[in-house]
Amino acid sequence: MSVATGSWGRRLAIGLPYLWLTLFFLLPFLIVLKISLSEPVLGQPPYLPLSSLADDSTLQIRLNLGNYALLAEDDLYLDAFINSLRVAAISTLICLLIGYPMAYVIATVRERWRHILLLMIILPFWTSFLIRVYAWIGILKPQGMLNNLLLTLGVIDQPLAILHTQLAVYIGIVYSYLPFMVLPLYANLARLDKTLLEAAADLGARPATAFMRITLPLSLPGIIAGSMLVFIPAVGEFVIPDLLGGPDSLMVGKLMWTEFFANKDWPLASALAIAMLVLLVVPFVAMQRLHQRFDEDAA
Amino acid sequence: MTRPALFAIVAFGYAFLYIPVMLLVVYSFNASKLVTVWGGFSLKWYGELLGNESLLNAAWLSLRIATINATFAVLFGTLAAFALNRYRRFRGRTGFELLLTAPLVMPDVIIGLSLLLLFVSMQQLLGWPAGRGLTTIGIAHITFSLAYAAVVIRARISQLDPQLEEAAMDLGARPFTVFTRITLPLLTPALLSAWLLAFTLSLDDLVIASFVSGPGSTTLPMWIYSSVRLGVTPEVNALATLMLAFVAIVVVLAARLRTPGQA
Repeated sequence: MSVATGSWGRRLAIGLPYLWLTLFFLLPFLIVLKISLSEPVLGQPPYLPLSSLADDSTLQIRLNLGNYALLAEDDLYLDAFINSLRVAAISTLICLLIGYPMAYVIATVRERWRHILLLMIILPFWTSFLIRVYAWIGILKPQGMLNNLLLTLGVIDQPLAILHTQLAVYIGIVYSYLPFMVLPLYANLARLDKTLLEAAADLGARPATAFMRITLPLSLPGIIAGSMLVFIPAVGEFVIPDLLGGPDSLMVGKLMWTEFFANKDWPLASALAIAMLVLLVVPFVAMQRLHQRFDEDAA
Repeated sequence: MTRPALFAIVAFGYAFLYIPVMLLVVYSFNASKLVTVWGGFSLKWYGELLGNESLLNAAWLSLRIATINATFAVLFGTLAAFALNRYRRFRGRTGFELLLTAPLVMPDVIIGLSLLLLFVSMQQLLGWPAGRGLTTIGIAHITFSLAYAAVVIRARISQLDPQLEEAAMDLGARPFTVFTRITLPLLTPALLSAWLLAFTLSLDDLVIASFVSGPGSTTLPMWIYSSVRLGVTPEVNALATLMLAFVAIVVVLAARLRTPGQA
């Protein structure tokens, strides 16, 4: 056994972060749930308390399911959810199609190159996400760099409208989340037992067959981990659809922001948050299961 | 897939990651007010940044929050990483792991809204926090940054050679001495990485800060966002370049610092 096994150190190490996360991460969700069941009013704060003491001092609790009913009835919200899921899923797939070859090459090139290529994947994590999304505005807008380039080359004779379309949202999400796909895939592929591939080659398998039958199935945990790291945050993405998207690219993260900041409807924003959480629980639990299996394998 | 095709995709991937930021840097030196028309080399947008008081205030607020956030995030992240690595079995371990993973993927809008509602409820019940600003943004940032810090530090702890600590204890060192003389120095590179990561995460957050900030407390990303909403401005290009340069210097320095220590 090693240091910090004293019961005092143990209590501190587990207790302090546990307490912090319970108070500032878990508890807030219960409050969101509570407020999603309250009625919006004009005032500060802009919702009615769920429980109140009536005149005869009995406790009254009123649950208002109206916010959820609205989510189900109004096509706007349903469309936003469907669009968010579709955009997140397609972006995840594109990230996988670009990220898998990148991770594969990083994992197989010589040591010196590997360090450089890996550093170049990690570096974007250190640069501002907001600024990297912003950079695309200058590229994609009608008089932007991409259109200027294509016009000069004579590929097009009319500027393309890319900014403020769904396409720009895809570009933004793939661009921002690609490193999140590459890193877990690389971590997985780097650990792959090379002797398996040699054995397959000895037995006469062609490289493509060996890849399909050995590398790809063994890298499935990496594929799932990377996909979840892209998919889950992409569903609730606000900055990218807001800065790059247009009226046709309604996403639930942006809708929630609008309900909260523009319409000051806190209960409806809360209901949207709860609906999003419920939607994301399944992929999240899948990811968590996978993590635990990794941990058990590593232990 | 053929080898050339594979490398073409990889080259495309890297170009895709880097070209937008490079263009941003190049155009920050553009004399023309039109962001996409080259009008000659100029540093005038950098000069205008220095005279912009609202920007300087926002930057100062963000730097203070980022420093506080990084320090606490590393502290809690270290504790959490030790808890998960050293105590294999404890009650609530699954819940603990869940709470440490969820902030990594949770959409910002949900974290932001939920923390704001918490702060509003706490204010009603306890009278604290009285206003929203540095404290509330700091608490919000620590909450998600500590999860990232824990990931970085945990990876390093799992690589530590337990024999070093055992040897120190065999030689009569008390647990506290072992920790400060053996464990902590070995962890320093990871702690530094975690601190820098938490620092940049905080400096980068727009969504959560927008929810939990109050009137008068505008962070740097909030300032950038409102400038961008008003139109792409050359000042933002210059600011972005300065931030990139800052990050590049810090990353290079950190790499220099930790190269000799790495076994």
